[in-house]
Amino acid sequence: MRELICIVCPRGCHMQVDDSLNVTGNFCPRGAAYAKAELTHPTRVVTSTVRIAGAAYPRCPVKTAAPVPREKIFEVMDAIGRVTLTAPVKVGQTVIDDVCGTGVAVVAARELL
Amino acid sequence: MTDVVIIGCGVIGAAAAMELSRYDLDITVLERENDVAVGTTKANSAILHAGYDPKPGTLMARLNVRGAALAKEYCAALDVPYRQCGSMVLAFSEREIDTLRELLERGLKNGVPGLAILSGDEARAREPALAETVLAALWAPTAAIVSPWEMCLAFAETAVKNGAQLRLNTAVTGLERREEGWLVHTNAGDIETRYVVNAAGVDSDAVHDMAAPHSFDVKPSRGEYYLLDKAEGTRVNTVVFQCPSQRGKGVLVSPTVHGNLIVGPNAESSDKHDLATTARGLDFVRETAKLSVPSVDFSKSIRNFAGIRANTGREDFLIGVAAPGFVDLGGICSPGLTSAPAIGEYAVELLAGEGLALEKKEKFIFERRRVRFKELSEAERQALVERDPAYGRVICRCETVTEGEILACLRAPIPPVSVDGVKRRVNAGMGRCQGGFCAPRVVEILSRELKVSPGEIVKDRAGMNILTEETKGGAAHV
Amino acid sequence: MYELIVVGGGPAGLAAACAAWENGLRRILIVERDRDLGGILNQCIHNGFGLTWFKEELTGPEYAHRFIEMLAKTGVEVRTDTMVLDVTPDLQVHMTGPATGYKIERAKSVILAMGCRERTRGAIGIPGTRPAGVYTAGAAQRYVNVEGWLPGKRVVILGSGDIGLIMARRMTLEGAKVLACVEVMPYSGGLTRNIVQCLQDFDIPLYLSHTVTEIRGKDRVEQVVVSRVDESRRPIPGTEMVFDCDTLLLSVGLIPENELTERAGVVMDPRTKGALVYENMETSVPGIFTCGNVTHVHDLVDFVSAESRRAGAAAAKYVLHGPAAGEYIALKNGFGVSCTVPQRVRPQNVEKSFNVFFRVNRIFGKSEIVVSAGERELCRFKRDRLAPGEMENITVPVKLLEGVAGEITVEIREV
Repeated sequence: MRELICIVCPRGCHMQVDDSLNVTGNFCPRGAAYAKAELTHPTRVVTSTVRIAGAAYPRCPVKTAAPVPREKIFEVMDAIGRVTLTAPVKVGQTVIDDVCGTGVAVVAARELL
Repeated sequence: MTDVVIIGCGVIGAAAAMELSRYDLDITVLERENDVAVGTTKANSAILHAGYDPKPGTLMARLNVRGAALAKEYCAALDVPYRQCGSMVLAFSEREIDTLRELLERGLKNGVPGLAILSGDEARAREPALAETVLAALWAPTAAIVSPWEMCLAFAETAVKNGAQLRLNTAVTGLERREEGWLVHTNAGDIETRYVVNAAGVDSDAVHDMAAPHSFDVKPSRGEYYLLDKAEGTRVNTVVFQCPSQRGKGVLVSPTVHGNLIVGPNAESSDKHDLATTARGLDFVRETAKLSVPSVDFSKSIRNFAGIRANTGREDFLIGVAAPGFVDLGGICSPGLTSAPAIGEYAVELLAGEGLALEKKEKFIFERRRVRFKELSEAERQALVERDPAYGRVICRCETVTEGEILACLRAPIPPVSVDGVKRRVNAGMGRCQGGFCAPRVVEILSRELKVSPGEIVKDRAGMNILTEETKGGAAHV
Repeated sequence: MYELIVVGGGPAGLAAACAAWENGLRRILIVERDRDLGGILNQCIHNGFGLTWFKEELTGPEYAHRFIEMLAKTGVEVRTDTMVLDVTPDLQVHMTGPATGYKIERAKSVILAMGCRERTRGAIGIPGTRPAGVYTAGAAQRYVNVEGWLPGKRVVILGSGDIGLIMARRMTLEGAKVLACVEVMPYSGGLTRNIVQCLQDFDIPLYLSHTVTEIRGKDRVEQVVVSRVDESRRPIPGTEMVFDCDTLLLSVGLIPENELTERAGVVMDPRTKGALVYENMETSVPGIFTCGNVTHVHDLVDFVSAESRRAGAAAAKYVLHGPAAGEYIALKNGFGVSCTVPQRVRPQNVEKSFNVFFRVNRIFGKSEIVVSAGERELCRFKRDRLAPGEMENITVPVKLLEGVAGEITVEIREV
């Protein structure tokens, strides 16, 4: 039996997961899915910034469009650190197509004109 | 060869420089830090004492009373925040009432105007927040509050406007007696001068020893303070002291010219440069202040700080000619801030006695004005923003300080190079958020105006860099 | 003359202005002190925003963007880079900006949405030296996320508020070493999910019932001393731990920024440190409303948006149909409840139900939130767990208030 706090939403359900991955204590199905994933292959959305030229600020916020394997967080950060955008940038614009072979894109999270 | 080198640009050095700059002289002021007013001048009670404390007949007594009068005049002329709010010394016992009588006696001998002993009820009528246990108070109507760093800055700026040269980041490493005058060794080269003025504050003993046989030691005394939010700023309207003891004038509760309440200091012997506050010291300050004014709400604290007083264990300042052409303005403990203008004047007298030729300048610039957006009327604000839109942009929201004011101080005779330097000049970051919001904007403005990377901007002294490195390996494209 | 002036263009002001427009107002002005709309969300680049409101997980700038786009579809006028200096009780709004100039605008209603500020070192009185390297977490967040600069490399964080936790992860990802997060209370002040994904993911220790008792270092922070505290939060001598670090971030609480509110003559609630408000976010001054973190500090922007939409709609109703009517019922804080918003409800002014937000004053396990009028219980709500770090929210049907006068009490009963 493992105790787990759900991080899917701010509600923070305290969940219990048994050896055959049965989840209790979750308020919604997303909690169960999170708990199973967390114990088998945990994933996280990575948010950071990239350099941007020609904007009012020197950095543009970005995020992975979907969660990536947790153990790849720092690898993803390295990839993000190598990018330089040029203004204008739209929200949702792709910054990296497939970051570190995860199949997940990195996208811009702020409009900078 | 320069005429006079002044070592140290706290309020004493600045006052001496200003007084000397009335005459046709080459004056160089050396300051080891990156700004003026950063030693004892910036961390004290910000009080101009009426003059009943010093022992009659001492230099301290004379300079205190004279200084208080000059400070009032100079602050008006040089646009330094000043308010003559009067002070009270409280007595909680018959013995302390005796002390009040002694102080009254001293004050009368020192020529302090308007002193009176009030009963407890009379004192409370004037200052309702005083404790019920107050039995009597010595009322001194000429005591005042001031912005100490702005007073120093105004003196230094006046000196610079009148031709004095200020060299910051210049530390004196040695003094050599020459046939004619002195050779001053510094970390930034040597300077030949006819006369030297030692205004080195807590290090005035060390500088003295470079020129003359050892004769005094500064025994630094650290005082810790609370600064409270403006919501507490009218808790009292006069400076409220307790009876002085051997360790100093005790814990006071006072309004500040900026509208806050200041409470402190304790007195702990310390290292010359140990500006740390301690839990014990702050507890003492709180508990002791509550004896005078029980209702002070310390949950409204916005800042603690500590300052060092250059005590020497003697009952007078150590001012005098220590070697030919070398004048000590040493051991300047309380009431040093009050006495500063008179000490400046006296320094000129001493140098003249050493043979310095004094010829009055034809035109001595003795005026200074700065825009304080917050204090302007609506019509004045409208006109100002129309003329210069930078005055329309508020950078510090707590104190309503505009970008225009910051840019103006960067164009003044002694421009700041640090975030705290900006704070001392225009009050940005002095308010309740303590720079939480405006510090990043001030860093941005300093970096832009001084044309240096944000990483080079310091909080206060050199070495106090705020930012350590750029993210993403740098390259901020704008 | 504007129908509505909204002070602040962060999440609260944006939602309020949109709702006022939807409810029929046409002369609306938002005044924002920053260069851009969006407020503090622009520097909150982490995700987790919008799960309630948009049913998806957004970053702060994305969440702001959604509302900015909504606003762009309205005719609401916006003045950025403009600071409001004064709001008078007769609704004159003094403002200044480089492009705006110094202006006094009159309005039929005003919504105050200035947000909050962070508590500082001075407010909590940490002894020690005063070197560079001590920052509020929010200031550090701006340096890192907006300016692109790290304010330090070896970091201790005091306070486990959400911004502190978020910055622990953010500084770690940018290459800093976060040595510890120190919390004076026996529980965290932040959301549980942030403890997991910001501290546990990166093996950053959380020291509960500890505080920083000394800052050391001349020019730059060199060390901080951390001590355990007793039940009354006093440091216990002999429990000192010394951390070699160059930075101390403070995440020790947020304070609604109500200088304008107080100057406008609005009655304040000393517990929330915000205005005392009615069910529709109206203050004691007719025509002045407040919403968002200036009213009470929220954990979740989604609830700010909801609350601010109510304020916007109420301002529209006030301008178009006149003041709200009816006697009010006061909400009293019962056992375990530290402060409610609203503090007053006028049943006549509520259609179906009203929301009550509050925080509990300690951690509770399985419990019930009970609303009662004297001896009469009106309703109860079950909870598995209640914590001060997480704001509670109950919806009370107004029909339950029939026959109730004076006051009702909200309290916690542990099961």
